[in-house]
Amino acid sequence: MIYREAGQFKTTYSSDQAIFPIVQDKWLAGALVVAAFLVPPLVADEYWLQAVLIPFLIYALAAIGLNLLTGYAGQLSLGTGGFMAVGAYAAFKLTTAFPALNILVVIVLAGVIAALVGVVFGIPSLRIKGFYLAVATLAAQFFLVWLFNKVPWFVNYAASGTITAPPRTVLGVMVTGPQSTAGARYVVALGIVALFALTAKNLVRGRIGRSWMAIRDRDIAAEIIGVRPLRTKLLAFAISSFYCGVAGAEFVFLYLGSAETLAFDITLSFLVLFMIIIGGLGSILGSFLGAAFIVLVPIFLTNAPHMVGLALPVALQKQIELMVFGALIIFFLIVEPHGLARLWQIGKEKLRLWPFPH
Amino acid sequence: MLEALRAVFAAPFLDMASSPTFLVEVLLGGIAAGLMYSLVALGFVLIFKASGVFNFAQGVMVLFSALTLVGLMERGLPVVVALVLTMAVMVVLAFAIERIVLRPLVNQEHIILFMATIGLNFFLEGFGEMLWGANVKRLDVGIPDTSFKVAGVLVNRLEMTAALTAAVLVAVLAVFFQKTRIGRALRAVADDHEAALSVGIPLKTIWVVVWSVAGLVAIVAGVMWGAKSGVQFSLSLIALKALPVLILGGFTSVPGAIAGGLIIGVGEKLGEVYWGPLVGGAIENWFAYVVALVFLLFRPQGLFGERIIERV
Repeated sequence: MIYREAGQFKTTYSSDQAIFPIVQDKWLAGALVVAAFLVPPLVADEYWLQAVLIPFLIYALAAIGLNLLTGYAGQLSLGTGGFMAVGAYAAFKLTTAFPALNILVVIVLAGVIAALVGVVFGIPSLRIKGFYLAVATLAAQFFLVWLFNKVPWFVNYAASGTITAPPRTVLGVMVTGPQSTAGARYVVALGIVALFALTAKNLVRGRIGRSWMAIRDRDIAAEIIGVRPLRTKLLAFAISSFYCGVAGAEFVFLYLGSAETLAFDITLSFLVLFMIIIGGLGSILGSFLGAAFIVLVPIFLTNAPHMVGLALPVALQKQIELMVFGALIIFFLIVEPHGLARLWQIGKEKLRLWPFPH
Repeated sequence: MLEALRAVFAAPFLDMASSPTFLVEVLLGGIAAGLMYSLVALGFVLIFKASGVFNFAQGVMVLFSALTLVGLMERGLPVVVALVLTMAVMVVLAFAIERIVLRPLVNQEHIILFMATIGLNFFLEGFGEMLWGANVKRLDVGIPDTSFKVAGVLVNRLEMTAALTAAVLVAVLAVFFQKTRIGRALRAVADDHEAALSVGIPLKTIWVVVWSVAGLVAIVAGVMWGAKSGVQFSLSLIALKALPVLILGGFTSVPGAIAGGLIIGVGEKLGEVYWGPLVGGAIENWFAYVVALVFLLFRPQGLFGERIIERV
């Protein structure tokens, strides 16, 4: 019993349907968001911002995108890396072709282009379901990566075959390129993620989210009651690819600085899939928890032996990392198939009644 | 425009006709590659048939078995002893997988089991590398990788041996499934778990048997692939290539795995040699998937698979 919920009565439907119906929760969430904007740029050092917080935000956005498609709409997709690549290369082409365009607008437009590509590769989902759809999205993944490798127009005919984020400013502050500070990039990434996460949360609580979940659970029955499978599935692919495209653009512009297609290969798709499995399929909070888990575990595994006093060779560390990843996935699937988000929910329920058992 | 149409639809066929011996060599290469894919796909089919689990870790089982074999041979054991020991290791692995991964997840949805095998994939990858080291190893089974001429066509000894091995393996598996008691039990479990349980077939033992057989198939595939291109990490990525083979052949059909493998192998090689130069080459990466995708749109169950019936 951290706080008292008694005495909070709702007098309108909209207040009853709020994301945080309890006032204390609302204040706490607001305070956390404000703190997230203010505290890390002032307190955290370059390493934490660059190596932990910024990739966490970017992976969280990609995980939200994949969660919308796989967790809420039930369409298993292994093409996340390819869609992120589309976003990254589209943003690069747009910003080099129109340097005066604000980088935030460029990133959103890149997401729109990724959404269109996602719709094209989502068309087979109308005929194909389950594992078979995973293979269709694998086709998307391999084809898109091959395309960006083969056609030099995408890298502006650079000899190195990489795309580099040119320096761009927002409101006078440098946010991309070598001159930008990690703090500025962090604030931009956080702003984008906060806005899109709120949008996604409202999407899944509304009519669109319910139609996705209907298709996921019983698609033939959903069709019978009037959920249009064509529109619903293609919309899922479009919105999910939009999120992944924006995440891909951020990946290059706000995190890596420059990248080649190797950064977007099948391992990235699997990484994002693990994030949503461990975090929880069908949960926005789960995407964040899964992304945090995947970002922190390698860092923990790299530093823990040092803290205990063991010095392991790098190759052995990588192998142990792989083994721990695999073992943790199996462990989570056995213990809690619905992931960290479900564990958090159970914890919250228990905390409401604590110290009473029921 | 007309030039482009001509280049895609006419020129490659003229190329093919102009040098028939080269065409036969490309076809033979495609058949050999296809049979190698089928060997991996066979392991998938076995496990999927008997337990409905799509074993993503099959590729890494191929790699792990090849690594174990090479590792034992490097320690000085003769080939036959190493082979028997590797088979024993794969059986122990099957026991461990059934106990640790399959039994706790017994009634979960297929997607959860699929993701558990992805976790298993990563675990075995790290484990195999940790035990035997990550550098590329040579696998020498006594068959030279040389070619000889038959009626004017170059034929590779190793590829022919792989083809014969695959044929023998399929025949042995067919006999196993049709004529032996355990084979009948496996088919019963594949049809209906609960009915098989009610008749008295021990599900857990069957699963251990199936995963062991899949492990043995993985050894054969590992030996063939390893002899051809060395035992290295990229062997585990072959699992991804086996997916289009399974889609074409059907997830539950042993002859389908062979047919699918042949179609994908031949198609890939023909596509790469005759149509590849038009788009800059390296289309082998995605060609099989696009073929599988187009196939899925028209025949989702594959050539030999069971018809997918959905019930509301």
